[in-house]
Amino acid sequence: MMTRILSGDFPRSRLLTALLLAVFAGLALAPFLFPGARAINVAATICVFVVLAASYDLLLGYTGIVSFAHTMFYGIGAYGVGLSLHGVGPTWSAVLMGLTIALGLSLGLALVIGLFSLRVKAIFYAMITLAVASAFAVLASQLSDLTGGEDGRSFGVPEALRPGFRLVEAEIFGTAINGKLLTYYLVFFGALSLFLFLLRVVNSPFGRVLQAIRENDFRAEALGYRTVVYRTLANCLSAATATLAGALMALWLRYAGPQTTLSFTIMMDILLIVVIGGMGTLYGAAVGAALFILAQNYLQALMRQASEGLTAVPLLANLLHPDRWLLWLGVLFVLSVYFFPTGIVGKLRSLKRE
Amino acid sequence: MSHEVANDRHPLPREGGRGEGSQVTEHPVLATEGLTIRFGGHVAVNNVTAEFRPGTLTAIVGPNGAGKTTYFNLISGQLPASAGTVKLYGEDITHLGAAQRTRRGIGRAFQLTNLFPNLTVLENVRLAVQSRAGLGLNLLSLWSDHVEAREKAEHFLHRVALAERGGETASALSHGDKRKLEVAILLALEPDIFMFDEPTAGMSVDEVPVVLELIGYMKAQGDKTILLVEHKMDVVRSLADRIIVLHNGYLVADGDPAEVMNSPIVQEAYLGAGVADHV
Repeated sequence: MMTRILSGDFPRSRLLTALLLAVFAGLALAPFLFPGARAINVAATICVFVVLAASYDLLLGYTGIVSFAHTMFYGIGAYGVGLSLHGVGPTWSAVLMGLTIALGLSLGLALVIGLFSLRVKAIFYAMITLAVASAFAVLASQLSDLTGGEDGRSFGVPEALRPGFRLVEAEIFGTAINGKLLTYYLVFFGALSLFLFLLRVVNSPFGRVLQAIRENDFRAEALGYRTVVYRTLANCLSAATATLAGALMALWLRYAGPQTTLSFTIMMDILLIVVIGGMGTLYGAAVGAALFILAQNYLQALMRQASEGLTAVPLLANLLHPDRWLLWLGVLFVLSVYFFPTGIVGKLRSLKRE
Repeated sequence: MSHEVANDRHPLPREGGRGEGSQVTEHPVLATEGLTIRFGGHVAVNNVTAEFRPGTLTAIVGPNGAGKTTYFNLISGQLPASAGTVKLYGEDITHLGAAQRTRRGIGRAFQLTNLFPNLTVLENVRLAVQSRAGLGLNLLSLWSDHVEAREKAEHFLHRVALAERGGETASALSHGDKRKLEVAILLALEPDIFMFDEPTAGMSVDEVPVVLELIGYMKAQGDKTILLVEHKMDVVRSLADRIIVLHNGYLVADGDPAEVMNSPIVQEAYLGAGVADHV
């Protein structure tokens, strides 16, 4: 049973299994374990970023394609659902319509970019995706009548997802069963199914061909695999998954804007998550996303506490001043890449082998 | 989205059929007509016309730089021809890419070891089995569920005496074992045309027989078209039904091994006076 759900891809390390179970349990029970508004927001963001990073890893880690257009597809999903809800009104059919249009647009773009440019060398492909993604971001902010420009668009969501909605009046473990909770579980189970879908794809015969292409595309072609077809298909799958992740994020935030979806900062975050977690393994994306988003949200608070506790040692207190949190986040990245060149997952698995 | 890809191979158009001893009278499976490739001013393969029939092992010999591997690359589609055609079962396939030619039955082993270094030995062979079975675009089934593909791959590994090493990564193999793996991958493609490019180069003496026996076995099947680039003359003499000699990109001799070996042009162009005695 577990084999089928996990597609035969087990963590293969006790520590990693424990870590993944902790992430899974934390996310599954987040509304009950961490009732604060901020905590639940962090949990939802982790869910979405696990999928976003995993779908990017399908390209980078499994197929060896470097793309900078991933946030574009993420943005298309968010804007698709957002603009549809904004324009048509807060109904489920609007969600469905927005999702369909967004998926169509994403697949079309991924197909065109793939067919035109996956034949060229990796560096050119990276540049082309960078150009297309930048153009798209500019377009989104210029078409302000449609997209709301730099301000983005806030919109209403279907009634069942509104905080005022009560599924049952009673509270469970002190948590109200309201629309916010339902939205959270929509995000959670949506993300979980997408993650398991990706896990299946990378462990299918198709997934092995992608790895073969990453290893030696010349030889893969000589074995009878038309690498352009496989690369384009991987590109489309990855784009579609990112689009769905974007749609989930939009439903959660009830907002779609350039800073939360299209910005280059998010692209860098995804890259870092994949590299820190471990390229070529989807579990890396899960662990990486959880750690990254937690650090992004709580490092500052942690440093504030440390700094206040160390007032007796002014130098240390000064070094750990919460204003310097980005510096320390950077230091953490450098250290983790230095000590775990194969990512956290790679490191944990090699520990087991020793 | 699971998707079976139809195998777009030709059925073998045989006149005599297997085992009737009529191999030589059959139509050519593969033919090159005026095949030429230019790299700038240098013509690496120049107007080479040859036909290859089933049941025949053709050795392609010539000094280094004669264009043997380039000729192979033109046939298997790794390089585009500047002029001339490659025909498979009479059909012009010059415009097809390497992947399509492989799917039509042209199998190729490479001279320089060309594997998937970080995948396991078994996975390397399985990828070939899977390509032959047209399973590559199957997205939703589990790789590990395709037991028949794994067993087939294990069978081919066994054939080259690598069965025990299936779980290791390909990069961990010794040079000789990598060459054997290369042969196993070619066998796993189950092509109609086998192209071996110096299959025993760099192998230790005790490893060579495994590969030679395999090539001999393929030949004994009677319906395979085998092309072999080989420097070792004893190997060529023991296996070849026919020898083609390339020199500076030209085809300079083509025929019965004994005849070709003794022709003056070959003695001069390829073998040189000193080596002639050895042969």
